[in-house]
Amino acid sequence: MCCSTGLCGPEVDPSLVQFAADLDWLKSKGVIVQRHNLSQSPAAFVQNEIVKTALTVHGESALPVMLANGKVATTGSYPNRSALAALFKLPTTATPEPPNSSCGCSGSC
Amino acid sequence: MNIPPEQTLARLLESPTRFLFFTGKGGVGKTSLACASAIHLADAGKHVLLVSTDPASNLDEVLGVPLAVTPTEIVRVPGLAALNIDPVAAAAAYREKLVGPYRGQLPETVLRSMEEQLSGACTMEIAAFNEFAKLLGDPVATAGYDHVIFDTAPTGHTLRLLSLPGAWTSFLSNSTSGTSCLGPLAGLDQARGVYDQAVAALADGAHTTLVLVSRAQRAALAEAERTSQELTAIGVRNQKLILNGLFRASGADPIALALEHRGNEALNAAGAFLARMRLAKVPLRAKNLLGIPALRALVTADYFQSASPPDAAELPPLTATESLGQLVDRLARAGCGVIMTMGKGGVGKTTIAAAIATELARRGYPVHLSTTDPAAHIAAAAGEIKGMRVSRIDPLVETRAYVESVLADAGKNLDAAGRAMLEEDLRSPCTEEIAVFRAFARVVAEGQGSFVVLDTAPTGHTLLLLDATESYHREIARKASTLPESVRELLPRLRDPNFTHVLIVTLPEATPVHEAGMLQADLRRAHIEPFAWIINQSFALSGSQDPLLMARERGEVPFIREVTEKLSTRTILVPWVLAEPAGPERLQQFFPGHPAI
Repeated sequence: MCCSTGLCGPEVDPSLVQFAADLDWLKSKGVIVQRHNLSQSPAAFVQNEIVKTALTVHGESALPVMLANGKVATTGSYPNRSALAALFKLPTTATPEPPNSSCGCSGSC
Repeated sequence: MNIPPEQTLARLLESPTRFLFFTGKGGVGKTSLACASAIHLADAGKHVLLVSTDPASNLDEVLGVPLAVTPTEIVRVPGLAALNIDPVAAAAAYREKLVGPYRGQLPETVLRSMEEQLSGACTMEIAAFNEFAKLLGDPVATAGYDHVIFDTAPTGHTLRLLSLPGAWTSFLSNSTSGTSCLGPLAGLDQARGVYDQAVAALADGAHTTLVLVSRAQRAALAEAERTSQELTAIGVRNQKLILNGLFRASGADPIALALEHRGNEALNAAGAFLARMRLAKVPLRAKNLLGIPALRALVTADYFQSASPPDAAELPPLTATESLGQLVDRLARAGCGVIMTMGKGGVGKTTIAAAIATELARRGYPVHLSTTDPAAHIAAAAGEIKGMRVSRIDPLVETRAYVESVLADAGKNLDAAGRAMLEEDLRSPCTEEIAVFRAFARVVAEGQGSFVVLDTAPTGHTLLLLDATESYHREIARKASTLPESVRELLPRLRDPNFTHVLIVTLPEATPVHEAGMLQADLRRAHIEPFAWIINQSFALSGSQDPLLMARERGEVPFIREVTEKLSTRTILVPWVLAEPAGPERLQQFFPGHPAI
């Protein structure tokens, strides 16, 4: 998979699409987010000692790995929006509402 | 035949632009004419770089020199260098550039996973395009050359290649998240200048000439006209047309007169298009244009070699070959399944597929005739007959449907921001590749209940498709999958000799036979065994007394022998037919002795 939403794979994984949207949401709340893809920026995986160690010990199954404030927060799966919110002590808008034409498509109704 | 001086190839090549693109339907002689033009300009003292962008390039064979992905000097033609853009090699080099530095730093399993992620058709397309854009847009890459001549891929693929710069430039400038599908090209932003230059060079008539190549055939002329219009629409307006392989009968031989008549019919039908174009005419040659002396003579001399007909002893015994009717007998026995015609562009895959489908329908079997060729003329070739459905896998239609289904499924729970992000990723060029692939799998799956006859895309593109199948297959095997059954079962179906019958179509000429041989080797590597070889448009059994056609008959013999003796276990020899085989009545020419519809 070469893109963050997983669209270039043979099937689209809705959880990947959702996670990409959730990270975007996190950014909009002022959290600084960096996302790296192994096949695109392997340097990021080698330069970070914590990530490099996780890969050496657990191999590929350590991925996806998420660090929050310099510590490992999750490995092996994508956290959902409420988990992300809890991690950064943000007010929880538990599950995002699907877009609704009567809300004016701003995503904030 | 004599060509008026203002319509010679030499005249067309006077004061040429820096970039020349040769394009046209497969088999019209693009490579021969691009080579001959390159040699002609080099002989005039210019420094010329000849480039093939065809994934199944035969430039090596035509020039008689082994080529690489970097320029090779052609020693016998001072001033000429040539190279092949090889998508597979370009992707491999690209992959190694990304993965190589991390060997020893990351575990082996992680490196393998990186390589796998960079093995899709999409990476290949991007890597090949990058090479192409460099030649066109980076002044340093072609600094030493007065002229760069592109012997492009068959038209469908070329169109996509040529339309990419526009699509990608707008995609790049609109991309906001920076994590899109174009990700496999790390440092793509740095390449943006080169892509911009490539787009500008293509549309600039002072720098670029599009040379359309056609033969006096309806389908080839229609494709040249369509290409002309489509490229005009994307701003490529400096266009010229070469009519290749023109033939005039020298006596009253009925076969020769029919051949000349077919050509004239096709040219008359395209009269309005021909009147608009700056033209050059090149006569049919008695021999294949292989090697530098023959190519040089193509421009400078209107040579004609007469020869005697082949001795009976030289012809392979007829028992080594079957008729198309006998082949359909064998195929019909299965009662259902997939029949795929494969081979180099222009060998008559579409016609053969249409003939087989029509004959199966005539015998009362329900048939679906379809194609993955983006530039197919399948509806015109087949016409209408009861029991046969004709369709085309249209990249635009498939992409639109796929985008809608992804937005409806994966996008259903997203908020507006998430949906916008998904929509942006879906605008990537990869989406089309995946959508077409899924449509192909869907059509193949239909073979379970009835006959599906697939006229596949020209060789190179088909191989990319099959390769995508293979790498997808690996990725699929790793996952718990919600994939459609049709995609999951695609490769096993293509490999099942009782389900899929692959027919390799070729002409009795050097390049088509050798390329078909390579195709067979590639198929075998993918564990797909061809069912039969079809040698199409053979004059060997025609009985023509025209000296030029007799010379061509003689030329066919070694290639027919090569197929029956070395390459194939079942060979079908299809004679050249008098009337252009389009529509159910004329397709009956392939099944002599059967009652008319």
